[in-house]
Amino acid sequence: MSSNGLHPDHAREAASLTHLERLEAESIQIMREVVAESENPVMLYSIGKDSSAMLHLALKAFHPAKPPFPLLHVDTTWKFREMYAFRDETAARLGLDLIVHVNEEGLAAGVNPITHGSAVHTDVMKTEALRQALDRYRFDVAFGGARRDEEASRAKERVFSFRSAAHRWDPKNQRPELWRLYNTRKSPGESIRVFPLSNWTELDVWQYIYTQQIPIVPLYLARERPVVERDGTLIMVDDERLPLADGETPQMRMVRFRTLGCYPLSGAIESDAANLPAIIREMFLARTSERQGRLIDHDQSGSMERKKQEGYF
Amino acid sequence: MGADTAASLAEIEAYLAAQRDKRLLRFITCGSVDDGKSTLIGRLLYESKLVFDDHLAALERDSARFGTQQGDLDFALLLDGLIAEREQGITIDVAYRFFASEERKYIVADTPGHEQYTRNMVTGASTADAAVVLVDARSGVLTQTRRHAYLLSLIGVPHVAIAVNKMDLVGYAEERFRSIEAECRALAATIGIEDVTVIPLSALRGDNVLERSDAMPWYDGPTLMGYLETVPLDEDRLAGRPFRLPVQWINRPDLDFRGVAGTIAAGTIRPGDRVLVQPSGRETSVERIVTFDGDLEQALTGQSVTLTLADDLDVSRGDLLSALAAPAEVADQFDATLVWMSEAPLIAERRYLFKIGTRTVAGTVTRIKFALNVNTLEHVAATTLDLNGIGSCNVSFEEPIPFDAYRDNRDTGGFIVIDRLTNATVGAGMLQYALRRAHNIHHQHLDIDKRARATAIGQKPCAIWFTGLSGAGKSTIANLLELRLHRLGCKTYLLDGDNIREGLNRDLGFTETDRVENVRRIAEVARLMVDAGLIVLVSLISPFRSEREFARGLFEPGEFAEVYVNAPLEVAEERDPKGLYGKARRGELKRFTGIDSPYEAPVDAEIEVDTSSCDVEAAVDAVLARLRELELLI
Ligand SMILES: Nc1nc2c(ncn2[C@@H]2O[C@H](COP(=O)(O)OP(=O)(O)O)[C@@H](O)[C@H]2O)c(=O)[nH]1
Repeated sequence: MSSNGLHPDHAREAASLTHLERLEAESIQIMREVVAESENPVMLYSIGKDSSAMLHLALKAFHPAKPPFPLLHVDTTWKFREMYAFRDETAARLGLDLIVHVNEEGLAAGVNPITHGSAVHTDVMKTEALRQALDRYRFDVAFGGARRDEEASRAKERVFSFRSAAHRWDPKNQRPELWRLYNTRKSPGESIRVFPLSNWTELDVWQYIYTQQIPIVPLYLARERPVVERDGTLIMVDDERLPLADGETPQMRMVRFRTLGCYPLSGAIESDAANLPAIIREMFLARTSERQGRLIDHDQSGSMERKKQEGYF
Repeated sequence: MGADTAASLAEIEAYLAAQRDKRLLRFITCGSVDDGKSTLIGRLLYESKLVFDDHLAALERDSARFGTQQGDLDFALLLDGLIAEREQGITIDVAYRFFASEERKYIVADTPGHEQYTRNMVTGASTADAAVVLVDARSGVLTQTRRHAYLLSLIGVPHVAIAVNKMDLVGYAEERFRSIEAECRALAATIGIEDVTVIPLSALRGDNVLERSDAMPWYDGPTLMGYLETVPLDEDRLAGRPFRLPVQWINRPDLDFRGVAGTIAAGTIRPGDRVLVQPSGRETSVERIVTFDGDLEQALTGQSVTLTLADDLDVSRGDLLSALAAPAEVADQFDATLVWMSEAPLIAERRYLFKIGTRTVAGTVTRIKFALNVNTLEHVAATTLDLNGIGSCNVSFEEPIPFDAYRDNRDTGGFIVIDRLTNATVGAGMLQYALRRAHNIHHQHLDIDKRARATAIGQKPCAIWFTGLSGAGKSTIANLLELRLHRLGCKTYLLDGDNIREGLNRDLGFTETDRVENVRRIAEVARLMVDAGLIVLVSLISPFRSEREFARGLFEPGEFAEVYVNAPLEVAEERDPKGLYGKARRGELKRFTGIDSPYEAPVDAEIEVDTSSCDVEAAVDAVLARLRELELLI
C-alpha cells in the first residue's frame, strides 16, 4: 500500500456511502436502539477524543432532539486541568446533563496515582467508582467509547456487552450478534455496556473529528508545556500535586498527548504537530499504537482482559 | 511555517481526502484449524501497516513464548485475544479485525473452523459482503470446507473466494490447484453459491496475497487483495431494491416535530416519495429528511435518518415504511430456516420472542420439517434442534409482520430468537416465504365458491402431482393421462415444469431456494385451478420432500394425490430424452437433479409407478385405476 494512498481517478460514486458514513450510520443505529429499548441509559464521558466523537454521533442520532440521556464523568480528580475546563464548557454549550462522580471513600482514604501506583488508583478511583455511579443512579445501559482495534482482547468484544449484577464480564457468556439485531433484554440487576464505536479504528476517529470539525481537548495538539522526564516518559507538571525529585525542574517542551487520562499517568510525546492533519501524519508515519502512552497497560499482555472481567471499561 | 511542512501538509490532506472516499467491505474468513487463516489475516494486517511498532514488539515476545514458527514472526499470534484461547491454542469466538488497502477499508470477521462453532460462523457471516474460505493445498476440499460453503450459502453471503493456501508445500503445482479448483466449483454449484473465485496462494510466503506470485505464472486470476478490492458490496445490490425503513424510534422533542428515525434497509428515499406504513397499510408521503447537517434531498441504503411524514399517522417503533409501489409482504406464518445457538434445544410449540428489524413479537416454531446435517447436507427427520443445529421450520408469530424473503433483504428477513426466561439469544433465522397471508390482509369474500364452480362444470376437481427424476417419464405419463381424461369429457390442465420455467418462473434458476420457489408457485397455481374446478396434472421434478408437503398442504383431503414416477437414475440417464444428463455429466449444466443436486424420493406417495418395468400405457392404466380407488376421480 503506497504511503500517500492518493488516487487521482478515485471518483466518489454519488449513490453510495463512504466507510465513514457507513460507520456513522451504524453507530447511530446502535444508539437509537439503546434509547428505544432501555429504561435509563447514560453515556460515559471520559473527555478524550473517542468520547468527543461518540458525543457528536449522539447529537446526530437524536437531532433535532437532544441526546435523551445524561453524560457521566467518572472523575479520579487527577485529570488535566484543560480536560475539566473542556468538559464543563462542552456540557454547557450543548445544554446537556452532566453527572460527575468521584469515589468519595477512595478520596477520603487519600488514594492517588503517585503513592499508590497506577493499578490501585485505577481500581479504586475508576473501576470501583464506575460501579458505584451505575448503582447509585440505576443506569441500566452505559455507552462507552471503546473500539475493537484498541487491543487484541477487544477484537471479540460485543457491541452490547452484558455485565452481571456484580458488574462482572463473563467472556464465555456473551450473546451472539447477528445482522443489526441486538438483543437488549436483561435480567434484573444486569446492566449493559454498549460500544457504538466498536468498528471504528483510531484513524477513522481522527478522520471523523477532522472532517466534522469536532472540538477536542487542546492537549492533543502540540504546544510548549512544562514536563519532567521519568524513566523515559515525559510527564506534564499540571499542578503542584506532582512531587518533584531533588534537582528535578520542569522544562518547557513542545509536546502533545495521544491519550488522555490522569495526568501523572499520561506520557506526553515530543511533537510539533499543532493541528489535526499534522497529528494524523505523525501518527501514521510514526506507527506507534496509541496505548503506548497509557502507563496502566504496560504489564504483561492479557492484562486488559483481566481488567475488563473486573469491570474496568 | 517552512515550505517543507506546507508541502507535506498538502500531501496529508490529499491522503485524508483519498481515505475519506474509501468504501467499506465486510468479509468473513473461514477455514479448518491450521489451514493458515490466522497467518493470512495476520499478513493482511501486517502488510497494510496497521500493525503498529509496539504491537510488533509484543508479537516478537509472544512468538518466542507461544509461537510455532521457531523464532520467525508468527503472524497468527497477532490475532489472539482471550487468555483461555491462548492456553488451548485455538480461536473460539468471532473476532473483528481492521485494515485498509488503497481502494477500500475492511472489517474482517475471523471465525474458527471447529465443528461446534457453526454459531460463530453464522454470526460472523451475517454482516459479510463476501467470504474467504481457506483450503489447505495438501488436503483439498474437506468436510469442513463443505460445511463452511454451505453455511455461507445459508446466510446468503453472495461472493466467495476460496483461498487454496500452502501452495509452497505442494511445489506451487498447477495440476494440484486445478483439481482443487474443479472440486470447489462443483461444490459451489451443488450448494448454490453463485459467485466463486478460487485463488492459489501461500499466506506464509505472501504469494498471491498482495503481490502476484512469480512461483505461479500459470495463474492469471486476481490476487486475494485484488479480489477484495473489487468484489461487489451488498449495499449496492440493496440500493436498487424498493425502499424499506424499519422504524426504530419516534423523535418527538416538542409538539411541533414528529420524526420517524431508522436505518434504510433498502432503496433510496426523497421528499415527496409515497410510502406505505406496514402492517397498518396507511399511505403517506415523505416530507423532509432531517439530519444534524441539514435536510437532505435524498437518503441512501444504509443511512440512518429521521423522516417527517406529510400526514399525522400513527407510526411507531416496529413498523416498516415501504415504497408504496412495492411494499413488503405481511404475514404471520412462515417457512423459515433456523440456526440454533443455545445449549438448551429448540422446543417446537414453545413460546419464544422473535426480533426482526426493530420489531419483537412472540411466537412459536410450529413444526420442524427437517434438520440439516451440515457435513453430508442430508435432510434428516428431527423433532428438535440442538446447539449448532440447522432446521427448516414453520414458524408462527402472534401478530402479522411486514417482511421480505431473507435472500432479498437480510434486515427485513432475518431474525433472532430470544428465550423469554433467560433472555438469551438462542437462535437465528431466515424467513423464506409466507405460508399463508395474514388474517388482516383482507381475504376477499367471493359468493361463487369452489363447490359452485365444480357443480357448474360437472366434475370433481383435484390435483395430481407427478414427481420424479428428469427422464423418469413424468411428462409422458401425465400427457397420456390428460388425453384419456379429456376423452372422458373431463376439464383438465397440465402444468409442466419445463413450460412454466419459460414464463411464470422464468426469473428462477436452479439453486435450492429457487427450486423451492419454483415448486411453491406451481403449487399455488394448481390450487387456483382446482379452485376454478379443473382437474390439474402437475409434472414437476419437485425434488424436495418439504415442498411437496407444502403443496399437499394447500389442498383439502381427497383433492391431492402424489404420483412417484420411479425410474432408477441409470435408466433415466440412459433415456436422457433432452440430452441433459450428458450436459450435466460434462459439467455444462450445474445443479442437475440426481447428478449434483439431490432428489428426495417420496416415502408416502399415493401412487408409485416404476417405469423401468412397465410401458407407458400400462402405467397410465394403473394410475387411473388407483385414482378411482382413492375417489379422486369419480
Ligand atoms: N508452508 C506454509 N505454511 C503455512 C502457510 N500458511 C500457514 N502456514 C502454517 O500453518 C500453521 C497453521 O497456521 P495458522 O495461521 O495458525 O492456522 P489457523 O488455525 O487456520 O489460524 C502454522 O504453522 C503456519 O505457519 C503457507 O502458506 N505455507
